Amino acid sequence: MHISTNPWVWIAAILTLAIYSFLYKDNPFYKFAEHLFMGLSIGYGAVVLWYNSIIPRLWNPLAHGTSPSRFYLLIPIAIGLLSFGIFSKKYSWLIKYPLAFSVGAYAGFSIPVTFEASIFEQISGTILTKQMMATPWLAISNLIMFVGVITTITYFYFSKHHKGLLGKSARTGIVFLMLAFGASFGYTVMARISLLIGRMQFLLHDWLGIIK
Amino acid sequence: MILFILFSTITVKAFDTPNDGGGSITIKAYNVPETVKKALVYRKTEGDTTYTLAGVMSILSYRYVDADSTIKNGKPYYYRVDFYFPDTVISVVSDSPGIAYAQWYDKSKTSSLIFLIVFSTLVLVFIQLAKKDPEGLYIRKIPALDAIDEAVGRSTELGKPTFFVHGLLGITDAGTLAALTILRRVAKKVAEYDTPILVTNFDPIVMTASQETVKQAYTEAGRPDAYNEKNIIYLTYEQFGYTAGVDGLMVREKPGAIFLQGYFFAESLILAETGHSVGAIQIAGTTAKEQLPFFVAACDYVLIGEEMLAASSYIGREPVMLGSVKGADWGKAFLMGIIGIGVVLGTVGAILQSAGNGALMNVFEKILAFF
Repeated sequence: MHISTNPWVWIAAILTLAIYSFLYKDNPFYKFAEHLFMGLSIGYGAVVLWYNSIIPRLWNPLAHGTSPSRFYLLIPIAIGLLSFGIFSKKYSWLIKYPLAFSVGAYAGFSIPVTFEASIFEQISGTILTKQMMATPWLAISNLIMFVGVITTITYFYFSKHHKGLLGKSARTGIVFLMLAFGASFGYTVMARISLLIGRMQFLLHDWLGIIK
Repeated sequence: MILFILFSTITVKAFDTPNDGGGSITIKAYNVPETVKKALVYRKTEGDTTYTLAGVMSILSYRYVDADSTIKNGKPYYYRVDFYFPDTVISVVSDSPGIAYAQWYDKSKTSSLIFLIVFSTLVLVFIQLAKKDPEGLYIRKIPALDAIDEAVGRSTELGKPTFFVHGLLGITDAGTLAALTILRRVAKKVAEYDTPILVTNFDPIVMTASQETVKQAYTEAGRPDAYNEKNIIYLTYEQFGYTAGVDGLMVREKPGAIFLQGYFFAESLILAETGHSVGAIQIAGTTAKEQLPFFVAACDYVLIGEEMLAASSYIGREPVMLGSVKGADWGKAFLMGIIGIGVVLGTVGAILQSAGNGALMNVFEKILAFF
């Protein structure tokens, strides 16, 4: 057993235990760790924003750059400054412009990406090809996938009553959804346990030195 | 003699990388013998006397994309590629200089453009129809929405507050916008029942939007005096700091109803489990498909993915939102049709191909390639 002499390891270990104490019940140790975490994260976030965004992306190009195109940066700065209108009751409406700009730009950027990643890939993956029916098991597996995709889409059909064929298809779709959720749950829980193992290794190896 | 043959057969071409925003030149080698072990690409500009190393060419594709930050659009660049054989090195110069240009249109995105036009047209048509007759567009009932009244009512009976926990994405996320519409419905009910509400925010802009939404809901309920801006709080912009803060609030305030709405990540189960442990009725809604299983397991009602967006249309009953849902439904029918046609073409095409007629299979493969 080789207990760590590094004070930072001790601080990290004590804070880990303070957070884990929440599993028993709310207590002053958890409250301390929670408020410390939140306060630090706000401060850290502000510093990261300043040094990773404002200084390299705005200040440095404007103050030290030579490219004439650097003055284009004044446009997003002006739009961004409108957000501060929220502090005035009279000018709070100004925030609508940066919001509209952000939502519009993000939608324009994400629509083609979503089409390609979520729709086209799904369509081409669902269309059964000769290769996908090569063996009986592969054929059964791909047929299940095909039925799963079609029935799940019908569950998300909102503008028709879920009655008759549509209703039956939607009910089948929700069965597929729940099966997928169950599989995903088990898979993710395993991943979370590996995070717990990592923390236990820190406590038992790095801090207490009980395990090698 | 062998070297001469090798030298004379390998050719190198430098050309503008297609479908990009400029600043990139593609160098492609042709007729390269398989015995090549390594290929290095060198670049020079007009006026330079020597070449400088640009990068390593792949010996699988014999292609190299030079996207160095020094590449300027409209300026000619000369390339030389050194091919390393087991016993010699052969240098081949590109037959013409490469010049980078920016393209206005990315041809590889044509399929996206066609689908965008089809979807947008459907949505616009249904928005117009919804404007003419908003009651004519039916949206099916969503059970989790009916549970909102039940949850707020239960909170009131127990004399406990109602919590509304926003997800971790900003105002640009469709799920966050839908969460704000759901918040409006919750806040209106809370105002009618005179129950305290606490809204936690991860994003400061979402907090501002939440304040406006709750204020409007209290005004609509005829209780503007009961609105308290301090009940819509910002915690932190750090994932687990936010989680720790919300968990702490849950165990101390012991809410009767908790709404977890928006895009969540790994904190979803921690939040839902804590809410469950304090005995609150929980209604979750997220478009994060990876987190849905946790909400399904730990919450009483869940708005699954697009249900959340449809729910906001159901609540709002605004023509734009109703028309969007109807248009999206037609879009889904269109996609199902394409999948069905693809399956028929692929199956019949494979049967005909086995019989010696590959024409239908060619059509099918072209459709697949389109995506």
